[in-house]
Amino acid sequence: MWAELAVTAAKLLVVATVLLTCVPIMVWVERRGAAFIQDRLGPNRVGPMGLLQPVIDAVKLFFKEDLTPGGVNPILYTLAPMVSMFVALVTFIVIPFSADAGVEVFGVPLKGIHVAPDLGVGVLYLLAISSLGVYGIVLAGWSSNNKYSLLGGLRSSAQLLSYELSLTMSVLGVVLVSGTLNLQEVIGRQGPEIWKWHAVTQPIGFIVFLVAAFAETNRLPFDLAEAETELVAGYHVEYSSMRFASFFMSEYINIVTISALTVTLFLGGWQVPWLTATLSGWPLLLVSAGAFAAKVALLLWLFVWVRWSLPRFRYDQLMQLGWKGLLPLAALNLLIVGMAMGQGWL
Amino acid sequence: MELAVFFAAAVVAVATGVVAVAHRNPVINVMSLVVTFFCVAVCYALLAAPFLAAAQILVYAGAILVLFLFVVMLLNAPLAESDQPRKLQRIFGLAAAALVGLGGAALAVVAIPGAGEGVVEGTAAAIGRLLVGPHLLAFELVSVLLLAALVGAMVLVKRKA
Repeated sequence: MWAELAVTAAKLLVVATVLLTCVPIMVWVERRGAAFIQDRLGPNRVGPMGLLQPVIDAVKLFFKEDLTPGGVNPILYTLAPMVSMFVALVTFIVIPFSADAGVEVFGVPLKGIHVAPDLGVGVLYLLAISSLGVYGIVLAGWSSNNKYSLLGGLRSSAQLLSYELSLTMSVLGVVLVSGTLNLQEVIGRQGPEIWKWHAVTQPIGFIVFLVAAFAETNRLPFDLAEAETELVAGYHVEYSSMRFASFFMSEYINIVTISALTVTLFLGGWQVPWLTATLSGWPLLLVSAGAFAAKVALLLWLFVWVRWSLPRFRYDQLMQLGWKGLLPLAALNLLIVGMAMGQGWL
Repeated sequence: MELAVFFAAAVVAVATGVVAVAHRNPVINVMSLVVTFFCVAVCYALLAAPFLAAAQILVYAGAILVLFLFVVMLLNAPLAESDQPRKLQRIFGLAAAALVGLGGAALAVVAIPGAGEGVVEGTAAAIGRLLVGPHLLAFELVSVLLLAALVGAMVLVKRKA
């Protein structure tokens, strides 16, 4: 038992470290990517190609004054960034980053690089925990005692609730075909060939999921909660130093999580067509983890690309798209999937 | 190990439950209730009912209480006045609490004949089979009830305007 606990603890440590390391890399990619798209140079002074820029940004945030403005609700004001970070960090444990390669380390079965991918209700767990993320934003917006924060918080709670519906509905199609909520099995049912991946068999569901994912992570074109041009910075306008950084980091971690979930549900997870089926042991572990990372990286670039290509939606357009566009489409996808399954095509 | 987790969850659930009733700030009431629901979900998970646990968080903590919070913030509800409850209220409240507490204690001590029979596995598959199997009629009736509530809400909104 102690050996298993130690292995789980080590995996948690590795996964959390990789996750938190993704944040500065993602920030660098975002800033350089933005510059590339806008035909500028971007940060290029600190380190080779500006790679150390996020590091000194982090140091700067550490040494800034941690300000608590007057008139805020001190309990909730402190709680809000913690809730955001908590939600961002615990969703990750069910995502299978690699195959169950059956390898051992010092005689202890390691299986793969993941913490608890065999949770029977993996998909539900992920959706449930990430639905708690809205509390961080709403509490920050309300407790700051600032009208811009409050507006950002209210907008965001309405937006997250609306798009959560479409997100869940589009996942239902995948669950229906897979017949399981276990994420590792969802990957297994997708088969090694590309045309058996859910992104190919359920294109409508895939698109709905992707759009809802942008809205759920508060990214442009759906970043109404922040909307610098009208709300200064939205819900986190009063926060400084590491409390601001908590919101910032949890936003980027959420992007990584939702990308990993997209890869797992729709893009065949860690599978490489025709290659991973022939491997076993350590090569399988390494190749599958590498494939997963590569797919996630592609999606992360998509997030950056879209952010600097599309303008922000107006609030009524956002709600229209969510309720009148995505939700019916998700229902249509479910209908098509059900009929296709009835015909025995899926 | 399981016992330790249970006691931690139970203590936090009861404590936040008390805060949810007693605190004067409505936003803190709602947030305490979120923590209570979360701890109850932990108890479900310990009882080998992972589906119930996930549904508890997804539906109650993640959706319904967000709406509560939304309303409390939109109305910007003032701090509750520390008005004294009426004598009768206090007596009935204490009686109800004592009844529930004693009943729970009795259940914990006395073994009930037939308890534990027909207990279903708490997995998604088992619950799904029950819902569209023996309990199909009740399940469909609930959905009709919800639809009626939705239509009712629409009618009320339209009539005002």
